[in-house]
Amino acid sequence: MNPHHRPVALDDTDRRIINALQDGLPVCERPFMAIADRLNLSERQLLERLRRLRETRVLSRFGPLYNADRMGGSNVLAAMAVPEADFDRVADRVNAQPEIAHNYRREHTLNLWFVGAADSAEAVERAFRRIEQETGLPVHRFPKEREYFVELKLVA
Amino acid sequence: MDAIDREIILATQDGLPLEERPYHAVAARLAIAPEEVMTRMRTMLARGVIRRIGAVPNHYALGYVANGMTVWDVADDRVDALGERVGRLDFVSHCYRRPRRPPLWPYNLFAMVHGHDRAEVEAGAEAIAHLLGDACIGRDILYSSRILKKTGLRLRPDTAAPSGT
Repeated sequence: MNPHHRPVALDDTDRRIINALQDGLPVCERPFMAIADRLNLSERQLLERLRRLRETRVLSRFGPLYNADRMGGSNVLAAMAVPEADFDRVADRVNAQPEIAHNYRREHTLNLWFVGAADSAEAVERAFRRIEQETGLPVHRFPKEREYFVELKLVA
Repeated sequence: MDAIDREIILATQDGLPLEERPYHAVAARLAIAPEEVMTRMRTMLARGVIRRIGAVPNHYALGYVANGMTVWDVADDRVDALGERVGRLDFVSHCYRRPRRPPLWPYNLFAMVHGHDRAEVEAGAEAIAHLLGDACIGRDILYSSRILKKTGLRLRPDTAAPSGT
């Protein structure tokens, strides 16, 4: 595990803030005020907590989550079966493409799983082809055919 | 989407300023009216270009250290009805139908399950298996053993705005 991903001590207020803010921040002049009221905090206390949660990387991001599909772009999951001896070289070639948004090693014959995201489907496809050319290995595309509604809340 | 939407995306894709008037701060940076930033962001929310505005917790920091991609081979005529129900389970963070790639890959339903440990992920997988019943003839769980990259979508600032959307 990555050392800065080690669990961080959170108090009850931190947990309430994280849980409340997964629902979404309103778009208005003072959006933090409404949330702070609900949590019995002042706007300033809420902002100070949020800054600390972001600095300590308990929050990996705070802000709008953009969906490439709805920008006329594309977001495609792909996987490769990489020989163990070649793993680091191939992973580096994949990570080097700016279109690759996430890349995970997983325990399976298909041991490298990544997402190509860009504002056009062609840009994602070009990145996959570059990876195939540079590594000599096939990239298996798993485009989504249907997305099912999810209601995830990670309980802090 | 036009050039101004794109400017707003570029200015906020790394995050929103943590200040009292965050949308005003974005507007000041782009030298446009705060009302315009807010109107455009509301439109992008309504159209799904923005999924939501909020906190993205680091799973590991919250103690969700086990991340299992559960995958299922589900009968084509039943996968959509069942996929909707799997997505609504509260421990499933993403749920998609994707193409099979036989013989390497027989699975068409993907459901990401997060847990504090592998036992919790496996309990979630059992609940999914129970829900799928005899519609499912194969399954696996792929645990992530290393995050190699996690940046999210990054538009290149120098590319032309996409057209036709």
